[in-house]
Amino acid sequence: MSIIKVTIVDRDGTSHELEAPTDMGMNMMELCKSYELPVEGTCGGMAMCASCHMYIQSDHELPEMSEDEESMLDSAFFVEDNSRLGCQIHLADDMDGLTVKLAEVGD
Amino acid sequence: MIETDILIIGAGPVGLFTVFEAGLLKLRCHLIDALPQPGGQCAEIYPKKPIYDIPAFPEVLAGDLVDNLMRQIEPFKPGFTLGERADQIEETEDGHFIVTTNRGTVHKAPVIAIAARLGSFEPRKPPVPNLADFEDKGVEYIIKDPNFYKGKKVVISGGGDSALDWTIFLAEGVASEVTMIHRRNSFRGHPDSVQKVLDMAGAGKINLMTEAEVVGIDGDVHVEGVVVKTKEGEKKISTDHWVPLFGLSPKLGPIADWKLNISKNAIEVNTFDYSTNVPGIYAIGDINTYPGKLKLILCGFHEATLMVQSAFKRIYPDKNYVLKYTTVNGVNGF
Repeated sequence: MSIIKVTIVDRDGTSHELEAPTDMGMNMMELCKSYELPVEGTCGGMAMCASCHMYIQSDHELPEMSEDEESMLDSAFFVEDNSRLGCQIHLADDMDGLTVKLAEVGD
Repeated sequence: MIETDILIIGAGPVGLFTVFEAGLLKLRCHLIDALPQPGGQCAEIYPKKPIYDIPAFPEVLAGDLVDNLMRQIEPFKPGFTLGERADQIEETEDGHFIVTTNRGTVHKAPVIAIAARLGSFEPRKPPVPNLADFEDKGVEYIIKDPNFYKGKKVVISGGGDSALDWTIFLAEGVASEVTMIHRRNSFRGHPDSVQKVLDMAGAGKINLMTEAEVVGIDGDVHVEGVVVKTKEGEKKISTDHWVPLFGLSPKLGPIADWKLNISKNAIEVNTFDYSTNVPGIYAIGDINTYPGKLKLILCGFHEATLMVQSAFKRIYPDKNYVLKYTTVNGVNGF
């Protein structure tokens, strides 16, 4: 069992330091949902809805974006250079200390 | 007016399977869906994605699942109202419901089954402050009739296929001027369409702005221009129409006003029969919630099966019914 610490800043600016298992095949969207943070995960994790849009605030080197993720962020709103879809970030041991902020959800 | 036994709102896998289970009880069904084809999200968003947790199907493409369900329910001759959104509901004195769509189609049934996942798919609206003031006054999220743009100046936002295709179409002799605005430098649409748009921009047939975004709308009553944010700063473009094409996202929509108990965007149900707080209205599949709820197609199938038993008792309170097996009795359609 391997646990890392991840910090999620919610839309109100409150920080949540969470314990995240790296051996459960979980991604950041699912982690947020498991702690009942306000992330819908509407499409279930297929990079098709952008409801788990988040900004990476720490300087971790994350795996590159797939084409699916890029195209979804393409039609999302409030996109910044550090935007990612949480469902495409699979928790791994080298992500200890990762800090992300949840993006606004559009109308 | 369309009359049926069970009016199903949402023609996704769970809504479709309801027709089968209802048909075994000799109940007729009619489905309403905001999308133009049956299948819901499976058909609209991920028809080519495999699903691995449908019992007895080690792997099935979402689109094939829908095709199979359509074949399975064919004997029960369901009716469809497609491309329309269920908007209003009224209860009649004799315990029926009248459901009217946004296009005015009227349906009547003693039982309503809401199987609409997260609601209906609606266009994604960009976060521009005064957007709502200009809806249908120069801002359109869907191009219904291209002739509407004849001789007009049009700004299209988005970088996907629909934005590319409409840019090409409107620029070929329809609109007087077409500007395409896309946030990035690359496009995710079909390579042929992308090349065509780039060629048209090169030839001066369209005005292409990349790494740019519409951030404001100008106009008194109708759109007169848009404010575009680019790397160099903000720029105003005069236009008659702005068409943001950012795809669809699910919205609970008018169902939220149907006096149903709703918690976290889902309809609360009793797991005995998936009934809501309004007798005669049931909610099945991803749109409902109850302790232990899992949003899985297979759970929706189970919910649909139990739900139609309760619907039968509501429609025929005096008839006795005993569960029959299809293996013994076959499937006797209408």
